[in-house]
Amino acid sequence: MKHAIRLRAIGMMALGGMVFSCMAADAIPAKSKTYQVAIQNFAFAPKTVTVPAGTRVTWTNRDEEPHVITSAGALFTSSKALDSGDTYAVTFAKPGTYAYYCSIHPMMVGTIIVQ
Amino acid sequence: MDTDDSRADGRRQFLKCMAWAGAGTLWLMKSGVLHAQPLGQSGTGQSVISKDATFSFVQISDSHIGFHKAPNPDVVGTLRRSLAMINAQSTRPAFLLHTGDLTHLSKPEEFDTLAGVMQEARVGRSFYVPGEHDVIGDNGAEFFRRFGEKQQDGGWYSFDQDGVHFVGLINVLNLKAGGLGSLGTDQLAWLKKDLAGLSAETPIVVFAHMPLWPLYPQWGWGTDDSAEALGYLKRFGSVTVLNGHIHQIQQKVEGSITFYTARSTAYPQPAPGEAPAPGPLQSVKPDALHRYLGIRDVRHVRVGGALAVTDEVLT
Repeated sequence: MKHAIRLRAIGMMALGGMVFSCMAADAIPAKSKTYQVAIQNFAFAPKTVTVPAGTRVTWTNRDEEPHVITSAGALFTSSKALDSGDTYAVTFAKPGTYAYYCSIHPMMVGTIIVQ
Repeated sequence: MDTDDSRADGRRQFLKCMAWAGAGTLWLMKSGVLHAQPLGQSGTGQSVISKDATFSFVQISDSHIGFHKAPNPDVVGTLRRSLAMINAQSTRPAFLLHTGDLTHLSKPEEFDTLAGVMQEARVGRSFYVPGEHDVIGDNGAEFFRRFGEKQQDGGWYSFDQDGVHFVGLINVLNLKAGGLGSLGTDQLAWLKKDLAGLSAETPIVVFAHMPLWPLYPQWGWGTDDSAEALGYLKRFGSVTVLNGHIHQIQQKVEGSITFYTARSTAYPQPAPGEAPAPGPLQSVKPDALHRYLGIRDVRHVRVGGALAVTDEVLT
């Protein structure tokens, strides 16, 4: 029970942080947005996603080959090598178009459009 | 053996042979002509070819140290087995070429393991070029520190052996989004200069990790600016291009240039287009891997002053 209470407390703190940032930039909805992108068969699925600013995008490697999330133009931090089952997450705070690719399989390309 | 891969397939212009082995290829230089001899064969042809060869070298590729899943949970074991086959050769190869993907994830401990195991190879020396798996996160700094020839800043290099000119190229760095392998303008300029002083009769062997021809671009199996490099090589009478990356033997002849890709010592990949994507051919059970060891012979023969390739299935 103690454990559960502590988790709830952390949740409250996180929510508090969210409310604060919401006040700082009122266009961002209060609820935290997340979005999943799968890496499967040497492709990003979905290949192009459109999300609101502040969305946390998580990639999960479902291939048996490693992949590396690399921002074209270095607009966000690249991942380390993602082995099978590994995930990588980036929070996109600013609107824009973020093209990315796998640096070791560069024909794998994707785009995150942040509005 | 391996007749199941010989189905007619008009879709592709290159000769096709899906085969793999936990072995390498022994290359024999005879009168300026390369002969390829798969390792691990019990056929008698080997000693006949070896007898009057000027020298021989061996190629292995795609060890993927760190890979631990189906179809091969023991890539160190299969690399060891490959080196044992090299060591069992009647003639000691002058050197070994490793055409990249030494490791699976560029981890220091993976490089450590690879370096340790490679000491078991009884060859004059070893040359390496990196695969894309060897340059993750540091643009190859660790690879070049340990295995680089340090001739040029970019890591590419050349050397001569008994009148044959060998060129090691790097095509796994600075890859562009949406593109294939890349040599880059600096390396191409160096290559042009490196070849400039050589007579057209000089046999040339070029090796790099990714295929230096558009083998199957849909899966990234090619190099964006390889045509430029091949342009510099066209004037030579005998050019052999050795690549890895695709974990299976493919070959193509274009004028005096013969292209080969090598098997992996770790795991096979599907033939081009015969799966949704490349990657380990997991359907091969670990205890059945050895059945893929029997592969074909590829050799260069001189026909009317030009080079041609014949496929010869060993028994």
